[in-house]
Amino acid sequence: MSRATFRTPSALPGFGLTFGFAWLWLTLIILLPLGGVILWAGSLGVERLIQIASDPRTLAALKVSFGLSLLAAALNAVFGLILAWILTRYDFPGRRLVDAAVDLPFALPTAVAGIALAAIYAPNGWIGALLPFKVAYTPLGIFVALVFIGLPFVVRTLQPVLIDLDRELEEASATLGARRPVTLARVILPTLFPALLVGFALAFARAVGEYGSVIFIAGNVPYVSEIAPLIIIMKLEEFDYGAATAVATIMLLISFALLLLINLLEAWTRRRLGHVS
Amino acid sequence: MSVDLKIRDVRKEYGAFPALNGVSLDIRQGELVALLGPSGSGKTTLLRAIAGLETLDGGKILFGDVDASSRSVQERNVGFVFQHYALFRHMKVFDNIAFGLRVRDKARRPTESAIKAKVLELLELVQLTGLEKRYPSQLSGGQRQRVALARALAIEPQVLLLDEPFGALDAQVRKDLRRWLRQIHKETGHTTVFVTHDQEEALELADRVAVLHKGDLQQIGTPDEIYDNPATPFVYAFIGESSAIPVTVQSGAAALDGAPLPVSRVAAEDGPARFFVRPEDVTVKELNGSSTVAGTVAALRRTGAYRRADIEVGAQRSRIEALLPSDAPISVGDKVGLVFQRYALFPADSAPATV
Amino acid sequence: MSAEAATAPVGRSLASPTTESAGAKLLLIVLGLGFLALFLVIPLFAVFAEAFRNGVAVYFEAFEDPDTQAAIRLTLLVAAIAVPLNIVFGLAASWAIAKFEFRGKSFMLTLIDLPFSVSPVVSGMCYVILFGASGYFGPWLDKHGIQIIFAVPGLVLATVFVTFPFVARELIPLMQEQGTSEEEAALSLGANGWRTFWSVTLPNVRWALLYGVLLSNARAMGEFGAVSVVSGHLRGLTNTLPLQVEILYNDYNFVAAFAAASLLAGLGLVTLVIKSLLEWRYGGEISSKHRK
Repeated sequence: MSRATFRTPSALPGFGLTFGFAWLWLTLIILLPLGGVILWAGSLGVERLIQIASDPRTLAALKVSFGLSLLAAALNAVFGLILAWILTRYDFPGRRLVDAAVDLPFALPTAVAGIALAAIYAPNGWIGALLPFKVAYTPLGIFVALVFIGLPFVVRTLQPVLIDLDRELEEASATLGARRPVTLARVILPTLFPALLVGFALAFARAVGEYGSVIFIAGNVPYVSEIAPLIIIMKLEEFDYGAATAVATIMLLISFALLLLINLLEAWTRRRLGHVS
Repeated sequence: MSVDLKIRDVRKEYGAFPALNGVSLDIRQGELVALLGPSGSGKTTLLRAIAGLETLDGGKILFGDVDASSRSVQERNVGFVFQHYALFRHMKVFDNIAFGLRVRDKARRPTESAIKAKVLELLELVQLTGLEKRYPSQLSGGQRQRVALARALAIEPQVLLLDEPFGALDAQVRKDLRRWLRQIHKETGHTTVFVTHDQEEALELADRVAVLHKGDLQQIGTPDEIYDNPATPFVYAFIGESSAIPVTVQSGAAALDGAPLPVSRVAAEDGPARFFVRPEDVTVKELNGSSTVAGTVAALRRTGAYRRADIEVGAQRSRIEALLPSDAPISVGDKVGLVFQRYALFPADSAPATV
Repeated sequence: MSAEAATAPVGRSLASPTTESAGAKLLLIVLGLGFLALFLVIPLFAVFAEAFRNGVAVYFEAFEDPDTQAAIRLTLLVAAIAVPLNIVFGLAASWAIAKFEFRGKSFMLTLIDLPFSVSPVVSGMCYVILFGASGYFGPWLDKHGIQIIFAVPGLVLATVFVTFPFVARELIPLMQEQGTSEEEAALSLGANGWRTFWSVTLPNVRWALLYGVLLSNARAMGEFGAVSVVSGHLRGLTNTLPLQVEILYNDYNFVAAFAAASLLAGLGLVTLVIKSLLEWRYGGEISSKHRK
């Protein structure tokens, strides 16, 4: 390929240096290591992959990880929407502080969040003591941790969309006789749906791979409250690289398939809605 | 269905900035009225206040004999066409038009088949039959505008309100739609108010035009009244073209830098005043004593079918523009005499008068 | 209705048509803030409450543990290596991507974002597969006495992987938005490439760079999953502070664990405050997406 067609000519210098360095670094840090994992898993053969995937303990962990991630992302979609709404539409004391606090899960290291959640949702913890059922050391505990780390994704995805939302739509609905709840349900919510879906997908993707904030509160009971990343670590500690890479690859594939589905759905709704001012 | 609309001393302030300074206006049933003014004149605020989208700081708005001021937007039953249409993007054309009927209480909601009949009838009215399954993103600007109108008409509004209905369209579509809106108005007979900053649009389309400036109603009248007899200096300057020169009024006679102006019926008070005249009301003649105003041709421009002349008059060399035939035998530097067919005098420091 | 309105010209005060009733507003605010408190704010307070449970003296005693001190030093060392590497990569990648048009650009952008969508455990595992005892290069490294996994180089690699996108992601959209006209002007005035970069490009993106460094540093110091896989948990040798938190916690040494965690939480809070200040003060200069 000639250079002229590969890149558009420019007067600025430094393309070769920066482009070359960026690619070298990307290859060494990202491509080679991830490629190694996939290659290792690929060399196992389909039969062995299926055998690893159908191991009951692994299967249970995958179910826990994906099932609870979906539930946590769903709860985050609901409360993330409420938070994004009150942060963009209402004025209340401390609004700025609350807005900043939404980023706590991004800022707080996962291990710190993990032990803190475990402490307060433990049977003798601040919140755990008030509840009639066990949260920490059960799948419910995992759910709590996944809700914690996923919330900002929904809020931060919705906020800019809400700011740009055309007020005329709500006014049009009102002049046509729709009361406010009807306008919210039939005009605003459908308009926000694509963004809500993106936020949901981001929260979900993050939750599936989450490790640090989960393991302390999970209890890690085999078949009940073990997450897929924990299985990977266990296999690595047994030097069973084959099983570790296989579980990792399965996780990547399921995540990828789900995200593809969500992206398609999102692209479909967006295309349908188009951009009408 | 359609009602008289009475606006009584309506006031609205945004902080300390007055958007409407006690505007009163009567609009008759079935009338098509334009609210015309530059941006910041309060025309859109007034339209939104009629719809109930703005709360009033004073005054009231009556739909027929019913005070609408204390009714919510939802209760007012107005058809509002937004400047950018505000179509619901996630709904097909059909569902957009049906929306206002479907959100009614069960008691007042038509059956789904009645809704369908109504929507199809409206689609025919706005000439969009066959497009009911499209989404708004699949329509042209003019088509969206017509869907917005059909949607507003679907609720059988007491008053139809349009905010800059042609503002977002290009010139040709704009002209077509203007004619078409006039037609629709004739067929449906809704009391209609539309906002525009385009005087040509207002004068061509409306039965009566209300001119607003800085929150005050300057004049309301038929297009002829507005153009031929502007009530205030603002209307004179804003509508059509005009020249304004400083003059002095003394005991019923006007003078330009000491020389008397050949004009009659001077009603203005004594003191400095401004003399307004439109280019087409200026006739250029041979200089002829006191029956004409002496001037010098300062510049000539050819604009389309006409020639325009800037003529300097008086000691201060104030300019008056005249519209001449393209073959007028005139050149720069010529000494000429001016006669005015129609003109107006307003006190120099006159505050915008209200009617 | 008209009689009532005649005495009070404005009539009953009407709610704005584009907002909810006061009751609904209150309900939504209470729901939202309650949720936030339950899941986000109370855990934060718990960290400090648990750390100071037995008083200030016991809190500070926790930092006299040589293993904890070693963990703090290691965490600083790892961040001190990983963050500058990210800055260099971020600047190079954003220069190439934002200032030039070339094929495969979106593929490159996808690769840069990849670490965000990979589980931290998988991020660490990559390097175990490459350099671990039974990995691709394990035997060869072993023969030459080079230790990467269960040693500092492995920790640095895993940290670089998970913090890879932060700087580049902040710089690329901003530099794309700014275009190339200022650089072209500088070049036309006789400045050379380096001079143009230092005097024109870098000052234009300085706040975004700081923002990216801040996020990158917070993640580097707080990363748990990825470093956990490559560390081997050798006390005093390969434990970063988050790993030390885990060890203390699993030893039932809760006060010490929360004391160590409070340092990390403090780091997170400082990051959050500076980040909010940057967004508030320099929002427009960071990137359009941060504008509030």
